[in-house]
Amino acid sequence: MSDLRSAPLPGPSEEDHVRGPADAPLALLYADFECPYCAAEAQKLATVRLRVAFRHFPVRTSHPRAWAAAAAAEAAGLQGRFWEMHDLLFGDQGRLEDPHLWERARRLGLDLERFDSDRRGPEVDARIRRDFESGVKGAVVTTPTLIAGGARFAGRIEARALELLGAGPR
Amino acid sequence: MNAAAPEGPIPAGTPVPEFTLHREDGSEFTRADLAGRTTVLVFYPFAFSPVCTDQIGLYEDVLSDYLAKRDATMYGVSCDARWSQTAFREKLGVSIPQLSDFEPKGASCRAFGVYHPGGFPQRALVIVGPDAVVAWSYQAPAVTDLPGANLIFDGLEAVVARS
Repeated sequence: MSDLRSAPLPGPSEEDHVRGPADAPLALLYADFECPYCAAEAQKLATVRLRVAFRHFPVRTSHPRAWAAAAAAEAAGLQGRFWEMHDLLFGDQGRLEDPHLWERARRLGLDLERFDSDRRGPEVDARIRRDFESGVKGAVVTTPTLIAGGARFAGRIEARALELLGAGPR
Repeated sequence: MNAAAPEGPIPAGTPVPEFTLHREDGSEFTRADLAGRTTVLVFYPFAFSPVCTDQIGLYEDVLSDYLAKRDATMYGVSCDARWSQTAFREKLGVSIPQLSDFEPKGASCRAFGVYHPGGFPQRALVIVGPDAVVAWSYQAPAVTDLPGANLIFDGLEAVVARS
């Protein structure tokens, strides 16, 4: 890793993966596809009115397949299917080995050869690293970390936090 | 806490006092072991508590190579027995060596100004330069607050600035 001295978290940009109603409050979410709290959080976020910008924060020491899963999501994203892969990864965290990733890519109808080349390629690696390093510089330590309206919620995110963000039910 | 007790971690510019911790193999780790290289001491409350687990795993990911290139060493420090620390380190799959302040309990943590009245280390970071003088220190406002790895990168700059 390079020098990761403190720096403010970058605000949302066009490069972020964003999902949710256009007029809903926007939150940044640093998450990891192998983190069980993140999977639970993804389910919860799907039920509230919130726009979520997803950023990768794969800690390999805790979750050895987290980086590979993030790369699968980014490779799917290069074929326009980031969020579909996001949902499939969080939907079955017990199966994150390569054959399981190929199976998901097949289900999404992706070009498999391209998917496999992209997920191991420099573009995807740089994208994940950029998210991760931005989080480290901005003092993200654990997943999930949700940031919105100047507030930060780390770890299991309680319903009250979502209320504070103004994320009502859909 | 009595009036003589140190408030907060030992500040930058202070020579590290004499102390004795124990490595995982039982050997002593003292002030003399700090000489000649940069040392990052990560004080944490308890082995196996979920918060510490996140913190140590992240530090391993982002700092292990970086520190090795700068001839710096990071240690985890707690009042747990050394056997517990080894089990903790092995469970996390990290290489960060552990130092135990088990007996007399917390004596070294007190010397560094990071002993919590509840009987465990504060969540604190102390970076010591090769001259065995504290270059930078930080204590989290609450033991449940995790210091980001960014703070250690910031603190390492203080070592460069001192040299």
